[in-house]
Amino acid sequence: MIPTFHRRILIALAGSAVFAIAAPAFAQFRVEVSGVGLTQMPIAIATFKGEAQAPQKLSAIVKADVERSGVFRSVDTGGLIMDEGTRPDLTQWRQKGADSLVTGSVTPLADGRFDVRLRLWDVVRGQDLGGQSYAVTAGDLRLSAHRISDFVYEKLTGDKGIFSTRIAYVTKAGPRFTLWVADADGENAQSALASPEPIISPSWSPNGTQLAYVSFESRKPVIYAHDVSTGKRRLLANFRGSNSAPAWSPDGRQIVATLSRDGGSQLYALDANGGEPKRLTQSSSIDTEPAFSPDGKFIYFVSDRGGAPQIYRMSATGGNPERVTFTGNYNISPAVSPDGRWLAYISRVGGAFKLHVMELAGGAITQITDTSADERPSFAPNSRLIVYATQQQGREALMTTTLDGKIKARLAGAGGDIREPDWGPFSR
Amino acid sequence: MKRIFFSTISTIALSAALVACGSGVKLNDVPVESRSATPVGTQPSGPATSSVAPVQIDATNNAGGGPVGVAKVIYFDYDSYVVKPEFQTVVEANARYLASNKSRKLSVEGNTDERGGREYNLALGQKRAEAVRRALSLLGVTDAQVEAVSFGKEKPAVTGSDEEAFAKNRRAELNYR
Repeated sequence: MIPTFHRRILIALAGSAVFAIAAPAFAQFRVEVSGVGLTQMPIAIATFKGEAQAPQKLSAIVKADVERSGVFRSVDTGGLIMDEGTRPDLTQWRQKGADSLVTGSVTPLADGRFDVRLRLWDVVRGQDLGGQSYAVTAGDLRLSAHRISDFVYEKLTGDKGIFSTRIAYVTKAGPRFTLWVADADGENAQSALASPEPIISPSWSPNGTQLAYVSFESRKPVIYAHDVSTGKRRLLANFRGSNSAPAWSPDGRQIVATLSRDGGSQLYALDANGGEPKRLTQSSSIDTEPAFSPDGKFIYFVSDRGGAPQIYRMSATGGNPERVTFTGNYNISPAVSPDGRWLAYISRVGGAFKLHVMELAGGAITQITDTSADERPSFAPNSRLIVYATQQQGREALMTTTLDGKIKARLAGAGGDIREPDWGPFSR
Repeated sequence: MKRIFFSTISTIALSAALVACGSGVKLNDVPVESRSATPVGTQPSGPATSSVAPVQIDATNNAGGGPVGVAKVIYFDYDSYVVKPEFQTVVEANARYLASNKSRKLSVEGNTDERGGREYNLALGQKRAEAVRRALSLLGVTDAQVEAVSFGKEKPAVTGSDEEAFAKNRRAELNYR
């Protein structure tokens, strides 16, 4: 069937005309597939025309993105180059087992930028599913590849893609701690803060402009809010004792954090613009690691009030805590999925710390890793992936996983130890 | 000013891109839907908003001081937050120094071994620091002179993942300021 209607969306992006070569870095991670009965959509991603001369291998970035999502399996194209203007022989692609096909091109523009174009084909129905075009600087070529991945993912699954979102994480290299803001695949990392003292618990503001985190630069844990595009920092909590575990309310107006100002680690609500903290928990035990439910009505947190650390849930204004985890004697680091359906947390199983996912409605629990030092899960904004820290061969690593644990990918990152990931919101 | 400059450039570039697009697309039967109304300056992908401004913190001078010849580290048993009797002399010597040097301030820094989550360990380290603060306060040291803080598992005294290393890292350090 020959489609009678085609659509083409054109979005031109702002940019300076400065030509900068970005180092191609596209093959540094590996996608691990495990488990049986996995249904993945087979997709062919052709090599984009002009890509060999461009600073970024766009089709490789797109291929890695869609594979990491767990939804797609890429079909070998044998390095075939196809641009968005070529009408493909879809029968041939059907024989190769592809359900869909991505073609595209990257062309240098006179002003030093690049014109990036793609087209998505439904191989089974023989339909053109549309295309996109971006005019970007060399520095934004990776971002344009992630936007292509978002377009493909959204067209084929109906869900929003998360490939153009950002992840914050911390590295330790020798005596140096650095807070990074990177693409969702861990690449293109930019330093937000470098310090000789530890940095932990970065947390994106709901609008994705600020990071709250705990810095030990003044020889004690203190909470800062940091605007990442300007580098402007402000103290959020520097009370007597320790200040840690900042969590933004979904409306961005409040930060709930753990303070020890009154002796013992307790939860307090702070206005995001400063002011006197309001105490939310009243216990003689440890209450820490707050995490809001996406509707802002509840706070999940860790407490050892029962003798061992377990996850509890209470009203966001404090009061009536109810226990959420009952299996095991060490359950920490709760994260609620943005769709409100899932709770990710770390559970100690026989001396090993493993990522678990609980379906909140029924309480069913799945252990989704076989590593032994998992830490700090954080959901992608579309609730389909989790990023977490772990150790592989004695080295710290960041991984993404699907919620069933069947598709895992190790994120790229510079040398040294890498930890404390936090997945940012959808870009606006 | 910069923003205005960029959006002007972008508008020009956008027009150029539209022209280029109109002439370059080979599929003539494919109409181009132009979203030129998209406010280009607010695209999150623009260099102005996707770039990150780095901030650098320099090392701080951390002069110790305090009583000479007196131990300033107290070790704890696994999963324990009580000051062991063998460290009572350390607590007493530091309490005496604080009592006779009222202007001196002490930071008690609690630490844990590397096992478990960072934030939960921070809370456990806080329990150790506060145990030492209470022991000092029982000997008459005022709260105004002592602050209990925690480093959790972030500042181990020794590296290593065996019980020997763990034991050396489960500690509270007394740091005079």
